[in-house]
Amino acid sequence: MEILHNVTINHYLGLSTVLFALGVFGMLFRKNAIIIFMCVELMLNAVNLALVSFSKMHGDTDGQIFVFFIMVVAAAEVAVGLAILMMLYRNRHTTDTDTLNDLKG
Amino acid sequence: MLTEYAFWFLSFVAVFSGIAVILSKNPVYSVLNLIMTFFSIAGHYFLMNAQFLAAVHIIVYAGAIMVLFLYVIMMLNLNNLETEKRSNVLKLSAVVAAGLLMTVLSGAVQTADQITLVEKTTGAAGMVENLGIALYRNYLLPFELASVLFLAAMVGAVYLSKKNLNETQA
Repeated sequence: MEILHNVTINHYLGLSTVLFALGVFGMLFRKNAIIIFMCVELMLNAVNLALVSFSKMHGDTDGQIFVFFIMVVAAAEVAVGLAILMMLYRNRHTTDTDTLNDLKG
Repeated sequence: MLTEYAFWFLSFVAVFSGIAVILSKNPVYSVLNLIMTFFSIAGHYFLMNAQFLAAVHIIVYAGAIMVLFLYVIMMLNLNNLETEKRSNVLKLSAVVAAGLLMTVLSGAVQTADQITLVEKTTGAAGMVENLGIALYRNYLLPFELASVLFLAAMVGAVYLSKKNLNETQA
C-alpha cells in the first residue's frame, strides 16, 4: 500500500488547522445553539484528523485508539447536549444563546 | 499522484462544506453540509489507511450523531428561527479572533519538518486486527470505562428529556 507520496504531515496539519479555526469562527459568529453544537463537532473532527495523521507518521496505533475514544466521548456529549437543548427549548421556546443571560445580574 | 489529487479534492470539499455549515441560514442545510464534511474526513482516513476509523467515523457521525441532530431540529421546528442578527462589532470580532487563531496555529505548523507520510510507516497500523489487539490488550480499562460513560450519558439524556421535570421536582 504505497500511498501519499507527496503529501506531507504539514498538509494534514494545515487542513486540521483550517477546520479547527472554522469551528472557532462558527462558535463566535452564530448564536443558534444547535449551530454552535455543530461547530464543536467540527473542532473535534479537526483534532481527530491531526491525531490520525500523527499516527500514520509514526506507524503507531495509539493515536488511532485515542481518536476512537474521542468519538466515544463525542457521542455521549451529543446525547446529553441535545437533551439539554430540548429542555432549553421547552422552557424558553428559543435556542438563541443571547437570551440566556440570567447570570448577568 | 492520484492520491495527491484525492487529498486536495477531499480537502476542498471539507473546507467549503465547513464554511457552508456556518453560513447557511437553515439549520437543516447546516446538518447536511456537516455530513458532507464528515464524509470527506472519512475519505482522508481511507487515504491514510486508517480503514477501521473511517468506517467507525461514518457509522457514528453520519449514522448516529447527525441523525440525532436532524431529529432535534425537526422536533424543535427551528426552520424559521434566528430572525434577529448579531451586531456587526461582534461579527467583526469573531472574524478577527478566528483569523488570529488560524495565523498562530499555521505559523506553528509551518515550523514542523516536512515528513512524507509514507516513509516511516508500514501502513498496517489502521487495520482492524492491529487496532483490536491494541484496544483489548493495552487499553482494556479505558474501553470498559467508556461503557460506564455511555450508561451515564444515557441515564442523563433520559432524565433530562422527561416530560414534566418541573412538576416532579416541585
